[in-house]
Amino acid sequence: MKIQGYGGNGWFITKMEQLINWGRSRSPWPLPYGTACCGIELMATMASGYDIARFGAERPSFSPRQADVLLEAGTITKKMTPVLKRIYDQMAEPKWVIAMGACACTGGVFRTYSTHQGIDSIIPVDIYIPGCPPRPEALLDGLVKLIHKIEKEHPLRKQAQALLQES
Amino acid sequence: MTAESQCRIYPEAINEPEPSGDYVHINIGPSHPAMHGTLRIITTTDGESVINAEPEIGYLHRGVEKLGENLNYTQFIPLTDRLNYCSAAANNVAYEMTVEKLMGLEVPEKAQLIRIILMELARIADHQVCVGILGVDLGAFTPFLYLFIQREEIYEIFEKTNGTRLTNTFGRIGGVDTDLPEDFGPMWNKLRDGIRKANDETDRLLTHNRIFMDRAIGVTPFSAEDALNWGFTGPCLRACGVKRDLRRDEPYYMYDSFQFKIPTGENGDVFDRYMVRMIEMEESVKIIDQAYEMYRQMPEDAPLMARVPKIIKPPAGEVYHAIESPNGELGFFIKSDGTSNPYRIKIRPPCYMIYQAFPELVQGEMIADLIACLSSLNIIAGELDR
Amino acid sequence: MNLERRVRICLESNALSVEETAGDITVTVPAGRLVDSLMALKEHPDLKFDFLSDVIGIDNLDLFRKKKGKGKAAEEEPPEKKVKAPPPPRFEIVYLLLSLESSERLRVKIQVPENDMTVDSVTSIWRAASWPEREIYDLFGINFLGHPDLKRLLMWDGFKGHPLRKDYPLEGKGETRRLVYEQEKIR
Repeated sequence: MKIQGYGGNGWFITKMEQLINWGRSRSPWPLPYGTACCGIELMATMASGYDIARFGAERPSFSPRQADVLLEAGTITKKMTPVLKRIYDQMAEPKWVIAMGACACTGGVFRTYSTHQGIDSIIPVDIYIPGCPPRPEALLDGLVKLIHKIEKEHPLRKQAQALLQES
Repeated sequence: MTAESQCRIYPEAINEPEPSGDYVHINIGPSHPAMHGTLRIITTTDGESVINAEPEIGYLHRGVEKLGENLNYTQFIPLTDRLNYCSAAANNVAYEMTVEKLMGLEVPEKAQLIRIILMELARIADHQVCVGILGVDLGAFTPFLYLFIQREEIYEIFEKTNGTRLTNTFGRIGGVDTDLPEDFGPMWNKLRDGIRKANDETDRLLTHNRIFMDRAIGVTPFSAEDALNWGFTGPCLRACGVKRDLRRDEPYYMYDSFQFKIPTGENGDVFDRYMVRMIEMEESVKIIDQAYEMYRQMPEDAPLMARVPKIIKPPAGEVYHAIESPNGELGFFIKSDGTSNPYRIKIRPPCYMIYQAFPELVQGEMIADLIACLSSLNIIAGELDR
Repeated sequence: MNLERRVRICLESNALSVEETAGDITVTVPAGRLVDSLMALKEHPDLKFDFLSDVIGIDNLDLFRKKKGKGKAAEEEPPEKKVKAPPPPRFEIVYLLLSLESSERLRVKIQVPENDMTVDSVTSIWRAASWPEREIYDLFGINFLGHPDLKRLLMWDGFKGHPLRKDYPLEGKGETRRLVYEQEKIR
């Protein structure tokens, strides 16, 4: 966030959009949707040692209503696809999706009758993290990339456009 | 003092009302914090007590067995990592032993010792996850953090040996490809103290914790007879009081030359399963100590691989072999038709058999106890659905 | 006395064949006498196979195809010798038994022809057979008579086909689930 000093104490000037983005990017609360092996690495990332809390994601929201980032870690089978879609639809805007691991990105080694080949055909994905499973460092890198992405967004512009279209 | 009187401090508060016959269906999962991502249980409840709980599985059915028929014998090893991903090394060894049995291969002694050491490390890592998650599901987050510090150290050893942390495609058919790292000795010395310290801390945080005892002792007990009828193996069976461990009953490799105890419980409740796992970690530490002592006496240039043909083509036939994986009897059934691809691979996952008894385990219990029971069974979706 | 002879004495005429591979013994029994044979193996004082490890289904279609391919060339030479043999049973079900006392293992195999795919359920002896039998029903399409709750286990309800059959392609036939909200029926 760019801050311009304006004399005295307790004052600063910034853009509203940057303030919103600053708030959003510093607290990307994840919905840890760990279905397979990647879920264990996700647990390792949340535990001591890697400590995802350093990037503001220390509060796992198991309810999709309170989550900002859907952290999809693991294989999505065809049986699971309606569940994933439903969870994504239940999340409140703004929402982002991280596809963690080869299975979530493309189906990975499991090119079979029961595995869905990549979750991006069900829900939009912002960050892909390759690896089987990715190391915790890779997950943290993905999270940082998502934070940079959030910082560049224009939340008010979207709203203004929507308002203009309505009127 | 019996378990009943120990845990029920205010018995009148738990007195259940008369069954009303007014049943409510509650769907738990598959996306639920206590359902480990992919399990789903459809419960029928009367008030807060469970009338029926029907598990629905298959949310992680990835077709591993069908895929195995289309790969050759060596290519299947990485897929076994992804069965029980908490203890990948044990799965790898179970599969490799089955193929070796079919081909009649004898693994060199040094490779056997390396396999034993890594399998026991995997057992410790698996039990640490189970105990940690049991604590998390019952509201105690701290033991999880303590245990995962040591888990990272175990990963470090795996990483130095195989190059990966979690899915360590460990070993090859006929032996192992890499030796233990040179500094395994000092690493293990540090890790041993760490594991004991973490277990001690967990012990003090959980075992004598009033809240944990109330939620674990006497919850979902199971009799030994029922457990055997349902096909229980591993820690869950030992918690029911049956002293059965494939490492002792059908010894493979050098397990019969090691000194270790097999812990058993009495009631088969959540607390017994937890205690069996805690003691087993300690016993695994002892096994690794003994195995490493034997390993050190081996000559440096001892072979790590048996004589294996470049293309693995076992003779036609059927074979089944099982090992004591952290969760219980993990077996592989392979039917070979004499080509380089297996004709049929069937995995016998331990928690598959345990989980099918779930409706009987939780019948009449509270919904909160259902969560405790599920965590203590250590159901790993990867090997459950395959 | 070795295991093979004890099994033969216990099963008498029910033991159609006893094979040994890599130290494991497989005994084939007629499908109609399955429950009796397993009961006998469980209660015989010398055997006591009282623990069911797993139930395994096998589809032998590809094995026959290979044999047919080889056999065709041989058949063409003497055409008059063509005797219409009944087709060999397509499916096999293997029961893995274990004796807790002696730690011996035994495999009991039955053969299931394609035109009569109904087998007696062994859930009355071991409840451990409950899910494995459901899995075989799901993935192979074999019915189990007397199973308390026979329905699909791993694939979703409404899935057509039996994936572990050899004539089912690895990558499936393009089955997908509908991605709309649907009030799922709760049993």
